[in-house]
Amino acid sequence: MAFAKKLKNTRRSPWSFIAVIVAGLIVTGSGYSVATAAPTTDTGYTQQQVDSGRKLFLANCASCHGAKAEGTDAGPTLIGVGAAAVLFQVETGRMPGAMSSGPQLQVKPVQFKQEDIDSLAAYVASLGDGPAAPTKEFLDAANNGDPTRGGQIFRINCAMCHNAVGAGGALTQGKYAPALNHTSPEHIYEAMVTGPQNMPVFNNETLSLQDKADLITYLQQVRSNPSIGGFDLGNLGPVAEGLFAWIFVLGALVLITMWLGAKSN
Amino acid sequence: MAEKKKGAVAKTEELEHVYDSGLVKVNEKFADPGIEPHRVRMTDKSPAHEKAAARQVAGLFFISMAGSVFSIWAYFGIKIFTADLTTLRDNNLFLGLGIALGLLGIGIGAVHWAKTLMPDAEVSEDRHLTRGSEETRAAAVEIIKLADQESGFTRRKLIRRSLYGALALFPIPGLVLFRDLGPNPSDKLKHTMWGAGVRLVHDPSGLPIKASDLEVGSVVHVIPEGLAELGKDDATYDKMIEEKSKAAVLLVKVDDGELIETPERASWSYQNIVAYSKICTHVGCPVALYEQVTHHLLCPCHQSTFDLTDGCKVVFGPASRPLPQLPIEVDSEGYLVAQSDFHEPVGPSFWDRKA
Repeated sequence: MAFAKKLKNTRRSPWSFIAVIVAGLIVTGSGYSVATAAPTTDTGYTQQQVDSGRKLFLANCASCHGAKAEGTDAGPTLIGVGAAAVLFQVETGRMPGAMSSGPQLQVKPVQFKQEDIDSLAAYVASLGDGPAAPTKEFLDAANNGDPTRGGQIFRINCAMCHNAVGAGGALTQGKYAPALNHTSPEHIYEAMVTGPQNMPVFNNETLSLQDKADLITYLQQVRSNPSIGGFDLGNLGPVAEGLFAWIFVLGALVLITMWLGAKSN
Repeated sequence: MAEKKKGAVAKTEELEHVYDSGLVKVNEKFADPGIEPHRVRMTDKSPAHEKAAARQVAGLFFISMAGSVFSIWAYFGIKIFTADLTTLRDNNLFLGLGIALGLLGIGIGAVHWAKTLMPDAEVSEDRHLTRGSEETRAAAVEIIKLADQESGFTRRKLIRRSLYGALALFPIPGLVLFRDLGPNPSDKLKHTMWGAGVRLVHDPSGLPIKASDLEVGSVVHVIPEGLAELGKDDATYDKMIEEKSKAAVLLVKVDDGELIETPERASWSYQNIVAYSKICTHVGCPVALYEQVTHHLLCPCHQSTFDLTDGCKVVFGPASRPLPQLPIEVDSEGYLVAQSDFHEPVGPSFWDRKA
């Protein structure tokens, strides 16, 4: 009752009339300015970026991905793959892949200027809904996540291919999961949400943003971990260690044995 | 050809046999070459070399001393801080290197000494005969006879026979221990925590999964609802491990038309989402290396490869059976649930597994 009364009184106050007018002006005014600053599309890129991205696409990508990015026998469709896929593939040099051979695309020197990559991303993002680049807030969270929890998530979802400390590992028929020792947080995020090549997709529904942030924190921390057990031999596990023992240690023992049995000059 | 071969044999009598391929086997008997001629060492010929060798040996012993002292220094000199375990590594590494140098210096020095400076006369010794002399053999027989006489082994029937009995019973307890290989785990290996209506939840969080969460190419590592809770209590932690080792599942969504399904399994998937046991049918490693493009599931232990779109049939490697499929559907709230338990035991073969 008291509340209703108070409300009634406030509404009658002459100040309320002014307040409503001011609020209305702010809402419509800012809404109008957002609507008229139109070059920004709903993917966060400007129309100018989309247009120049389309030109770059036609010149550099269309031969494999098709003139309308609809895909050909040489390359998949890019409709709906989102900006994240472009940023990951082009910024790591995996794309353009026309000169690549072998079982999978490899990291190469980057072929485009950063603004051109952003334009390409803008164009591909304009083709259909798809994952976008990680936000600033996410990248901040990815630097300050919980590495213990991230390590657990990494071991359950990623370690079978990428190795428990992200050192990479072999797949079938010459394919491999790359090492993650030098991969940037942006690229790790983009790879998870787009599933490049043979990597499965870990979208934000199956692996939440918090999970991803913790996971990236773990990967960044594990890089700076000193190797307490001595030389880590690339962290590749018993095969690398076994090879070292068999070739170098056993080799040294064989040489010593030969020296023991040899006559002096 | 035949004539040629005959001619070749006739030419030299040393040949034992001529093979069809034309290779010949030379008579393998040859004279004992004896010991190779003695070669005088440099240290015996030149005093300068002898002096140098002596210095080398002494030098090696000095290295040994330095190593021993170094290891003592490493033990005290490299302080260990528990906050920085690399200090423990360095302490151990240099302590060990010093000890190794100490031992190797002595060993290598001693061998070098023997090889360069000690007398190098070559001696050959013939092997003695394996059979002992007649006297030795007769003496041995006498000892056995005397022992029998003194112990009364032949005379005292009761003792002899009870000893036989004791010796015969002695190994039996060893056989009884084999009972511990049992009892049979009854049907433990044939059932998992999965059953009709059990929700598929995230490993390790235990959160349920909606079918709409997955997109094409998505992979989710899944455990049955209730398993994560078992792990939170120390009393049931072992139970959680036991159940997880049987019930771990991989959930994958593929594109339209990619699944090859038999009529009886057509209802086991939901909107191109399939669930397969993660336990390899070879020796039970977790199979989880999924390649999105080839749809191959690779086992990291022995490279068994399964085709996920074709009933997880084996396409490579030592596994002999496809991975068991978990039939799934959605409940009224849209969450993925199991239709039933697996229709066959998961994991590797065992003694009373059918087929």
